[in-house]
Amino acid sequence: MAEQTEQAEKTTVTITVDGRQVEAQPGELVIAAAERHGVYIPRFCYHPRMRSVGMCRMCVVEIDSGRGPALQPACMLPVAEGMTVDTQSAKSKKVQDGVLEFLLINHPLDCPVCDKGGECPLQDQTLAFGPGESRFVEEKRHFAKPIAISELVYLDRERCILCDRCTRFANEVAGDPLISFIDRGNHTQINTFPDEPFASYFSGNTVQICPVGALLAKPYRFRARPWDLDQVESTCTSCSVGCRIALQSSSNRLVRKLGVDVDPVNWGWLCDKGRFDFEAINSDDRLGAPLVRQGEELAQASWAEALARATEALDRAGRRPGRESIAVLGGARLGNEDAYAWSKLARTVLGTDSVDAQLGDGLPAQAVLGLPRATIDAACGADTIVLLGPDLKEELPVLYLRLRDAVVNRGAKLVELSPVETGMTRYATASLRYRPGEAAQLVRSLLELRTGDDRGNGAADPRRQAAELLRADSVVCVLGRPSLAEAPEPVCEAAAALVDALPGISFLSALRRANVHGALDMGLAPGLLPGRVSLEKGRRWFSREWGSLPSEPGLDATGILEAAANGRVACLVLLGADPLADFPDRDLARRALAGAGSVIAVDSFLTDSARQADVVLAASSFGEKSGTTTNLEGRVSRLHQKVTAPGTARADWMIAAELAFRLGGDLGLDSLEAVWDEIERLAPSHQGITRERLSSPEGFDGIVVGDVPDASDHQAPPSMAQSDSPGISGVAGHVKVDTLASTGMGSEARPDPQSGDQPAGAPEALGQAATVTGPRGMGYTEGEEPGAGAEAEAVEATVEAEHGSGGGEDVFRPSGGGGDQGTTPQRPPLLSWAGPGTTRPPPPRDRYSLRLVSSRRLYDDGTLVHHSPSLAPLAAGAHLRVHPGDLQPLGVSSGTRVGITSSRGRAVLEAVTDPGVPQGTVFVAFNQPGSAASGLIDVGQPVTEVRLETTPQDGDPGSGG
Amino acid sequence: MAVSDRSPIVTTRFERGDAHTLEGYLATGGYAGLRKALAMTPDEVIEQVKAANLQGRGGAGFPAGAKWSFLPKDVFPRYFVVNGDESEPGTCKDRPLMERDPHQLIEGLLISCYAVRASQAFIYVRGEMALAQERLAIALNGAYAAGYIGKDILGSGWSLDVILHWGAGAYIVGEETALIESLEGQRGMPRLKPPYFPAAKGLYMQPTVVNNVETLSYIPWVMQHGGEAYAAIGTEKATGLRLFALSGHVRRPGVYEVEMGTTTFRDLVEAPVYGGGMRHGNKLKAFVPGGASAPWFYPEQLDLPLDSSVVGPAGSMLGSGAVVIMDETTCAVRAAWRLVRFFAHESCGKCTPCREGASWIEKILRRIEKGNGREEDLDLLLDVGDNISPGPFPRPAVDGEEAVPFPYKQTTICPLGPSTVSPVHSSILRFRDEYRIHIKEGGCPYG
Ligand SMILES: Cc1cc2nc3c(=O)[nH]c(=O)nc-3n(C[C@H](O)[C@H](O)[C@H](O)COP(=O)(O)O)c2cc1C
Ligand code: SF4
Ligand code: SF4
Ligand code: SF4
Ligand code: FES
Repeated sequence: MAEQTEQAEKTTVTITVDGRQVEAQPGELVIAAAERHGVYIPRFCYHPRMRSVGMCRMCVVEIDSGRGPALQPACMLPVAEGMTVDTQSAKSKKVQDGVLEFLLINHPLDCPVCDKGGECPLQDQTLAFGPGESRFVEEKRHFAKPIAISELVYLDRERCILCDRCTRFANEVAGDPLISFIDRGNHTQINTFPDEPFASYFSGNTVQICPVGALLAKPYRFRARPWDLDQVESTCTSCSVGCRIALQSSSNRLVRKLGVDVDPVNWGWLCDKGRFDFEAINSDDRLGAPLVRQGEELAQASWAEALARATEALDRAGRRPGRESIAVLGGARLGNEDAYAWSKLARTVLGTDSVDAQLGDGLPAQAVLGLPRATIDAACGADTIVLLGPDLKEELPVLYLRLRDAVVNRGAKLVELSPVETGMTRYATASLRYRPGEAAQLVRSLLELRTGDDRGNGAADPRRQAAELLRADSVVCVLGRPSLAEAPEPVCEAAAALVDALPGISFLSALRRANVHGALDMGLAPGLLPGRVSLEKGRRWFSREWGSLPSEPGLDATGILEAAANGRVACLVLLGADPLADFPDRDLARRALAGAGSVIAVDSFLTDSARQADVVLAASSFGEKSGTTTNLEGRVSRLHQKVTAPGTARADWMIAAELAFRLGGDLGLDSLEAVWDEIERLAPSHQGITRERLSSPEGFDGIVVGDVPDASDHQAPPSMAQSDSPGISGVAGHVKVDTLASTGMGSEARPDPQSGDQPAGAPEALGQAATVTGPRGMGYTEGEEPGAGAEAEAVEATVEAEHGSGGGEDVFRPSGGGGDQGTTPQRPPLLSWAGPGTTRPPPPRDRYSLRLVSSRRLYDDGTLVHHSPSLAPLAAGAHLRVHPGDLQPLGVSSGTRVGITSSRGRAVLEAVTDPGVPQGTVFVAFNQPGSAASGLIDVGQPVTEVRLETTPQDGDPGSGG
Repeated sequence: MAVSDRSPIVTTRFERGDAHTLEGYLATGGYAGLRKALAMTPDEVIEQVKAANLQGRGGAGFPAGAKWSFLPKDVFPRYFVVNGDESEPGTCKDRPLMERDPHQLIEGLLISCYAVRASQAFIYVRGEMALAQERLAIALNGAYAAGYIGKDILGSGWSLDVILHWGAGAYIVGEETALIESLEGQRGMPRLKPPYFPAAKGLYMQPTVVNNVETLSYIPWVMQHGGEAYAAIGTEKATGLRLFALSGHVRRPGVYEVEMGTTTFRDLVEAPVYGGGMRHGNKLKAFVPGGASAPWFYPEQLDLPLDSSVVGPAGSMLGSGAVVIMDETTCAVRAAWRLVRFFAHESCGKCTPCREGASWIEKILRRIEKGNGREEDLDLLLDVGDNISPGPFPRPAVDGEEAVPFPYKQTTICPLGPSTVSPVHSSILRFRDEYRIHIKEGGCPYG
């Protein structure tokens, strides 16, 4: 065996580390290669996800590259054949002692009052390698103790060891170069520019990667000592990127979220909203008990009482005719198991298909699930990334980081098609504006543009550049809802045009809400059943176990609200949904809540909508329950409970099971594990994703549902992503995963630290990205796949066989045509996209109307931010952003309050000129404190046309400021 | 005394009042070297410079021709950068070259850019040198107007732009990779070599040549007279002429253009055309042979020739060509402290041993000089030095001990860190007793 490997072409580099021969990857840095083989070279500035700078000199060791041993920084030097590394030589030791002493001479040594004390690499390395006492008798360097460099981060310059991690992160990873070194020599310090705070959406990462306690997070400062902390591995559910995290608590309160480094998703980074909005979970405003309406008031009640009231309302409504007499709105906040239980409850016991996890703010489920899908890695590895969605920096921050990296460091080309400029615009090779409602026209015109006849200035013409880039070998489109003030159809139509013209294209969903993809996968959309099958095609399959199902597809969110407004909904269930805040058309939402026979809210907070309910059932929240969640790629990863829910709040799936029971049914779901097992058994797309796999090292990265090809050639450049084990190292900033207790899911398996060595996307990678010839939208590829052999054929034969096979290897295949359908139903085929429905044409342009664009900012008036004291003040409030040329005719200047009128309503906002908003368009952020956007939008219209006027009654019209 | 009577090369126009003008330069044969070069192929020009064995004058002494041939083939664009950041204490020879004969530098630069096929050239001038900046700016504009720079230079079909840039007052920006960072608009901090050797990954990560002002000022002459003519001056290993900035306790401090190899340090100090002997006839105590970062020499080394191949193995360097003479009235502790203070102040702060170590050493030396020293401070100084530049530290042969050859080793990114150790090591090596007196008597015996 060994000989054979010798003879085969050698793909590794052999080096000697402390006398032991080891194999390293070509291009790997010495520090990373040594660590993979168990030799930890101390370091401060090195970070596997950032460019090496070799500044701290802590990793300097004797390395012999053939010309005798020389002291070299292990974090800068790539391995070379025959290299000898001696980390233990007298000289290596002397350097390490020396550097450590240098770092300590000016260090304040205030460990007892330092947040980092106990998990501080400087402290640890001093213990491990350092001298006993100080030879430094001079006066230490002094700086004013911590200064706030932003609303969220403090800096203690006395503790700083100037490792350049925070600054490199800000400049190179986040693209927010707002902190830097100033002064020189021994007076060197990190600071912001005068009057320019470190206002980055990613600032918390610097706190995590700071190797000392120099950067402190306001929400965590003095909250806990590291040795009191308890942690579990989990997944951030503050948006749909699904960043992997370590969730930490002290005395049964959440105190910190840390990013965990997984290759396919977040690389250890988090956004500040995700990092800090756990404060809301701890909020005193959380619902700890159910409420029931008594006249005008909602009063606290026992569960028995509240469930009885809810059962009564549902029971009464259930006896009413009409497909919409009961409707369930929401579910994107739920875990997969919760969503499945509610999906089953609705379809079976409640007998309704009018369920929708989206609140009219996304895209049709058929498009999201049915289009050929891409992973984040595939998008980053594509030649061309087409962005047809919202501002990713605001809505999906860590996806923004990944795509930015792909453009800046890997040469991917970005084509942005959007109604206004976004945070991504500066990275786009071509960034084109379209008028709301006219996305499809723009896409078609680009696809029709002949790129060949380039006359002279072609290179400078972004339309031609975009057209050229669309013809690249691999194209991934990031698809979402660019604006809530225009209907989703034009965007779907644009996607359809892309699919028709570019057979190899795949799509990465940019729907933002936490588990919206999981909820859709679980069938929380009209006409859809769990496992990405349609009600029609899945009926036979599901009815065997579920019993009878609704006979026809139900209504979507807009339909439900319209029906409720017209008095046709007898009972409306709000599943963590707050349509008054989140539905684009506030007027319709208001009328719907008023018109519904009764309203049952299942929520963790008493939202504006929940206040209108007749019964409010207190639900447990993130961190208080285990289960799984699914990110925008369709990647399933685990959630773990860390703290107990307030009062008697319960998991949503339990509430569903309880209601079913009281209504005389039985969901047959008596534990979280049982729910997942049923999903794995019944949901066609989820077969094979067993609990065992999810809790194995493979599951640590999350498992992508369906056959989603990965960019097989995607590999991080060696200097940037020496894949450290998923977040392991003695340096904080990497969470020690092996210390993460594994709970929930009933499995002993712990994530294996070594699993991070797998290439990106390993679990589901099919090798070479599949050539897309067949029905890719249906989620399977043609031809042979690894693991799919004769076995798979057998699996196809009967359901019983599938039940028995249990392992993770099986790849199921489409049922083989119509001929062999016996008495046992075949697994139904996965959803495929039938193309966009009919599109309402936008009204003709006129000279006076402007089209409204409205989308979300990271810090909004949403429940989590609103209840997080550190984040709530960061919501910028609402402004009218308008092109200077559109403000001029009004004769007012930037800063003036102006009136905005639509067919729906009127608002008065401060106008701010913004050349990033094209003429003919205005922008108002959605769901900001004081934002009137949802008061202007009429979901009955394809676009929202508004007019501006001066408002003498609202202020001083003449003054410009 | 064997002082050469060779006529100077780069300082010939220093006495003319108008050499900095285009007219003055043209009147004295200016731009003839460029015309000659343009008639050759770029490779032929490189061959001439190689034949001249023109050693770099910025400090490292690397032959210019050899440096140019390190550029990776066919990688374009490539850049040429003139290092005019001269800031090392005692070094002041680039400044007169820029102030008094800017066209000579520009002509040398043009020839060099032609030779290496540079796409663009940059002249980086130290922030404090206002006159040099002004004269270079005027000279560049004049040369543009007269067709020596810009499009289709002298009808040759070859074009080049030269950009003048000035610094913000940091010594470290003289280090070539820090200079490149600064040119790119970053904070001037050195890059680590490897991998950032300018020839491979320099300005904007493109191949880049960095040459010193003086190095380039010799190029027009080499072009006009041929590389061999230049190589014939001096000795085989120490070729040509070179500027030395002589300062300290001599009668005639100044910048002298001296023949390499045949001239000794003693000539430099004593010859009437150079130093003219020690100030007040005092005795020599020690001298810095090549800029503040060089380990010191003592009277025993006076007869060494100005030849890197001799000075290096003897334990120091010719460096930037600054010779600083200290007579018997000099306090060795204070001299060391003054030099260290400079380096501690100029440390860029990028790497730990220099940022922390230099100021630590400075604080200890200051304490000793002020009379608060402790016996153990001497060992501490040497050990802290050893953590910046792991020993044995370069030193001349003294007191029966063998010389430790240059260069020093470093735990730092660039040689500024070890530069701090030089004065400490050199002063303790010879003048340990002076330290003892400071410590015992609680103050400086020199007052
Ligand atoms: C700390 C430090 C300071 C330096 N300062 C200068 C300087 O002021 N001028 C200069 O030409 N070279 C200076 N150098 C040397 C340059 O890095 C580089 O070697 C030189 O510019 C190359 O030019 P040459 O080959 O023509 O000598 C310095 C080097 C170091 C390490
Ligand atoms: S603040 Fe922390 S991360 Fe930033 S340079 Fe200082 S020690 Fe490094
Ligand atoms: S990007 Fe999304 S998943 Fe990641 S930390 Fe932010 S909110 Fe959480
Ligand atoms: S040795 Fe000193 S000057 Fe050089 S990089 Fe390090 S800190 Fe900067
Ligand atoms: S120099 Fe290598 S870790 Fe800092």
